[in-house]
Amino acid sequence: MVTVNGARYERTVEPRLLLSDFLRNELGLTGTHVGCEHGVCGACTVLLDGEAVRSCLMFAVQADGHAVTTVEGLTDGGGGPLHPLQAAFHEAHGLQCGFCTPGILMTLVPFLRDHPHPDEREIREALSGNLCRCTGYQNIVAAVRLASDGIPTPDR
Amino acid sequence: MKPARFDYFAPGTVDEALALLAEHGDQAKPLAGGQSLIPAMNFRLARPQVLVDLNQVAALSYIRANGSGLAIGAMTRQRAVERSDLVARAAPLLAEAMPSIAHPQIRNRGTVGGSLAHADPSAELPAVALALETRFRAKSATGERWIPAGEFFKGMLETALEPGELLVEIAIPPLPARSGTAFLEMARRHGDYALVGVAAVVTLEANGRCQAARVALLSVGDGPVLASEAATVLAGQAPSAELARAAGERAASRDVDPPSDIHASAAYRRRLVAVLTRRALERAFERAEKGSGEQGAVPSG
Repeated sequence: MVTVNGARYERTVEPRLLLSDFLRNELGLTGTHVGCEHGVCGACTVLLDGEAVRSCLMFAVQADGHAVTTVEGLTDGGGGPLHPLQAAFHEAHGLQCGFCTPGILMTLVPFLRDHPHPDEREIREALSGNLCRCTGYQNIVAAVRLASDGIPTPDR
Repeated sequence: MKPARFDYFAPGTVDEALALLAEHGDQAKPLAGGQSLIPAMNFRLARPQVLVDLNQVAALSYIRANGSGLAIGAMTRQRAVERSDLVARAAPLLAEAMPSIAHPQIRNRGTVGGSLAHADPSAELPAVALALETRFRAKSATGERWIPAGEFFKGMLETALEPGELLVEIAIPPLPARSGTAFLEMARRHGDYALVGVAAVVTLEANGRCQAARVALLSVGDGPVLASEAATVLAGQAPSAELARAAGERAASRDVDPPSDIHASAAYRRRLVAVLTRRALERAFERAEKGSGEQGAVPSG
């Protein structure tokens, strides 16, 4: 039994089924992209109990009893309004082909939770585990800054 | 790019895990964080018949004060170590090295014991463990033993662990007074495998001279390399920029025989050994002079 984007699923699967393939092929959540399948590209990043992990470096059976969030979970199953981070990517043109985008979003959601107002070096470090071959990262960094500007600073 | 079939077990206790490993012998492989084993299985470079998944063994995940040293359970996530105040106080060298291990997504799953038992020569934790004289507690169905760091790493991806034996804990001893540490590495991109890395521990005499030094290097051999020649240059000498430079040069010329690969030539790696060792020693000396092992507010990188 696994909770994905708030919904509970029960399936019987082969132990060797990767979590990435489970999400895509068993649950039809194809927003999680599969790139390198050895933990380098970051396209398959999802949240496991709120923390970013590579879904290609986990077996689906290991998610038993845990909560997974995919990119669809950012917009209430794909139908809701854009998450503020997604809106910032749209506004700042933080994507071109979009293949890497779901993984980047799922990396940045917990990053911005822990560092709501990062500087450029911190943003680039946070992005170092996600490969983008289109943008040169410039607009991704700009999108993160835009999203960060929208996060209130309670101390000021 | 999909793993071959295997039988899967997810024991809840160490004893159950050890019984499974004993039963299945060299057919079985323990699965810790999986951040090295699963890629190898995806490529089918590794095809274990039986996987013993340790992720349900909650008793192996802890960070505890151990006298004034530290005890860390083998299944403790790297991210937990990175975020631990106790680690920052009791083993600042370990704390300083953590952010250099791959990416946060990897550290959220990767474990301390998994990285050490995998013994990748370009990994940070083996070098840090060697510099800190860490002891490794290994258990099997028939007993347990402690292995010193100097005997644990045997070569490329090879440790002293026997089939059926499981690394369950590491113990990091406290550093003597007037000690300082530093970790530095050079990678093409943050989180990539380091071209060279260095973990340095120095201890000063009351008169300010260097009493002892342990410098461990990564990515320059079949496993973590203890720069013992560099240590002899340092022993009994007063810390200075010149001394750190001489020790770095000695490490580069006498302690290592680095490989050439697509990432860096042997000559470049040797140069990095000299420079990074010098910088790490300067930083470690500065911290040792500031106070008993306390980490100074020196920016990293």
